[in-house]
Amino acid sequence: MTGVTPQAATATVSPTVAGLWDSVTEATARGHRFAGLMAARQEEGILLSAHLAEPGGIGTREALVPSGTTTYPSLTPRLSAALWYEREISDLFGLTPEGHPRLEPLLRPHALPPQILGPGLFTIPHGPVRSGVMESIEYLVETPGEDIPHLSMRLYYKHRGIEDRMRGASIADGVLLAERTEGVASVAHALAFCHAVERLGGGEIPRRAALIRVLHAELERLIAHLDVTVRLADAAGLAVATARFGSSKEHLARLVSRMCGSRFGRGVVVPGGVTATPALSGEDLLAAISRLDRTVNSDARLLMGTASFLDRLRGTGPLQPDRAREHGALGPIGKAAGFADDNRLARPYDAYRDLAVPAARSHAAGDAMARLRVRWEEVESSFGLLRLAAGELAERSGDQLRVRCEPADGRALGWAEAPQGEVLYDLSLAGGQIARCHPRSASFHNLVLMHEVFAGDILTDFPFIEASFGLSVAGVAL
Amino acid sequence: MLRGLRDGVVTTRWPAKPDLYADDWRGPARPATSPAGRTSPDDLTDLCPTGAITVTDGTVRVDQGRCILCGRCVAERPGVFAWSQGATGPAALTREQLIIPELPETGAAIQAARARLAERTRALHRSVHVRHVDAGSDGSEEWEIQALLGPVYDIHRLGVFITASPRHADVLLVTGAGSRGMSGPLRTTYDGMPDPKVVIATGTDAVSGGLLRDGDQTTGGVGATVPVDIFLAGSPPSPFGILNALLIAVGYLNPDGKRSR
Repeated sequence: MTGVTPQAATATVSPTVAGLWDSVTEATARGHRFAGLMAARQEEGILLSAHLAEPGGIGTREALVPSGTTTYPSLTPRLSAALWYEREISDLFGLTPEGHPRLEPLLRPHALPPQILGPGLFTIPHGPVRSGVMESIEYLVETPGEDIPHLSMRLYYKHRGIEDRMRGASIADGVLLAERTEGVASVAHALAFCHAVERLGGGEIPRRAALIRVLHAELERLIAHLDVTVRLADAAGLAVATARFGSSKEHLARLVSRMCGSRFGRGVVVPGGVTATPALSGEDLLAAISRLDRTVNSDARLLMGTASFLDRLRGTGPLQPDRAREHGALGPIGKAAGFADDNRLARPYDAYRDLAVPAARSHAAGDAMARLRVRWEEVESSFGLLRLAAGELAERSGDQLRVRCEPADGRALGWAEAPQGEVLYDLSLAGGQIARCHPRSASFHNLVLMHEVFAGDILTDFPFIEASFGLSVAGVAL
Repeated sequence: MLRGLRDGVVTTRWPAKPDLYADDWRGPARPATSPAGRTSPDDLTDLCPTGAITVTDGTVRVDQGRCILCGRCVAERPGVFAWSQGATGPAALTREQLIIPELPETGAAIQAARARLAERTRALHRSVHVRHVDAGSDGSEEWEIQALLGPVYDIHRLGVFITASPRHADVLLVTGAGSRGMSGPLRTTYDGMPDPKVVIATGTDAVSGGLLRDGDQTTGGVGATVPVDIFLAGSPPSPFGILNALLIAVGYLNPDGKRSR
């Protein structure tokens, strides 16, 4: 029996916002990772909650901005990772962080004054309607012709009001919304949401369900990493590699749909367990995994021996290791810059508690090349985890799939490691319904780092940098 | 080269030949053949998180344009609801046509819509350039459209190409629930396309807004911003579904799946 550890919501409350920031910066100085800043409207005012990832769990520290007050001292000058979080709070709650270095709307439409920095600079807008089939976002590239001294992003085009829609929804509808918050990480979002519900429910999910969750989470990781590879190969004009990895990605999506009916693993994860066992025998599943492993592996070896491809990645879009640590960069972007904090290892859940997830190898370059190498290592470990989970699942045919989960009212955090990095849900239930639910994707936390990685890179590096980040805009503009 | 030869032909031959994966595909929910008469209509309509189920005069209807394939109705009331089969099913020329079983007055409207579309698509000569616009999708629809460019679906074999410029585009594939921020860019893209043009609302979100249809931040489907010609259900629709809609747009297929000419 495994699941999440029941945990009462234990938030440390500071008397003032400035006191909260003292406590947050003191914790990050001690090595805790800043995992997000969220706000919630309460009767007495607006509650600011800073989430800090510690060994073994994620803790919350809070302070109240009392009603009638519309400003508070900004955290961003002391912790730059709060840049977008404070802009988001300003948009959604009308609070002004005083001293914020760049307080433009994030989720509301706005005209962007380009930051023209010198003579001969001009702005190239990419988006919101991109060339090719991509999600809507606008990058404003400021350039004197070749290099990119400054990049701006406008995200509001896709703002869909997910958090508004969550309010008052039933728990069952909450899972459906979580799956559609960032569609390419449906399983991870459903897991993070369900982990929060299960923390309030206090139940343990059956072992078989825990294994099925891992199967779907790892397949999702494989598909997402192959998608990044396809986009990188496409950017380099490697037709064969694009086709080969595209074909493997398609076959993985088909494997997922044969297991559960959805190519994105939707409808599987529910509070208390899973809905169904894979509609595929253990033998067939293992055979399919081995076949795909062989194909992907041998294609990857060839790709990583293609000099013209590697030249485009080496040194491209480097994230400095100290910035990665300070920001708490998530997933492959963090790992590639030497900052690895993988929830499957550090704060394990479901069957990850006793399946051996290999620790990330150490990287320091932080460039597109390192990010791709990290993804290949994750692909290798995902195939290993799939074999372990599918093997054990085949021996456990009789167990239950789901236990009753009757969550008490209250507040809890839930997290899961998506292909892009940690997904964090801050969930409050009242009367068996969702009183508030704030999803925070790895895409939201990581995309802001795009501002910082154009050291010496030129316009033609842009697609490589964007692809190597591997983020989804849907997860940014909720 | 040897690598490619070893795997043989991975490309589907659909629609010229049937494809097993497409045929086995689980589509949106539909009413089962004979709904049980014992239940009150409220029990049934409350099952659906997007309000796709209606009961009038004892007839249970499912609006597949609202179905997000969560499967709740099929799991809770298996005698009343079932999955539809086949990846290409739910593409329609009128919004009402996605309501199963058909409403009484729909037949004539479909005929009219088909004639209007055929009139316009004749000029396309079955080779089209497609522009995609994301109007607030969850990101999954984009992956399914991108899959069409891969070797398995390979839409180039059917004369369909993705283009960057709306000036070159004949077909507009729109995904997403219609976020307010994208209304302007979507309209500008549509206006920038030359006539004749065909708009495909790609996926349940684009058709009706899906789970976000009542939100302040979306228009509840893209039909509020651009006139939609083909409504494609699915959350997200399968690549075969999108391919099918594209072939309807060029007049190669009829919405009933038959070759048109």
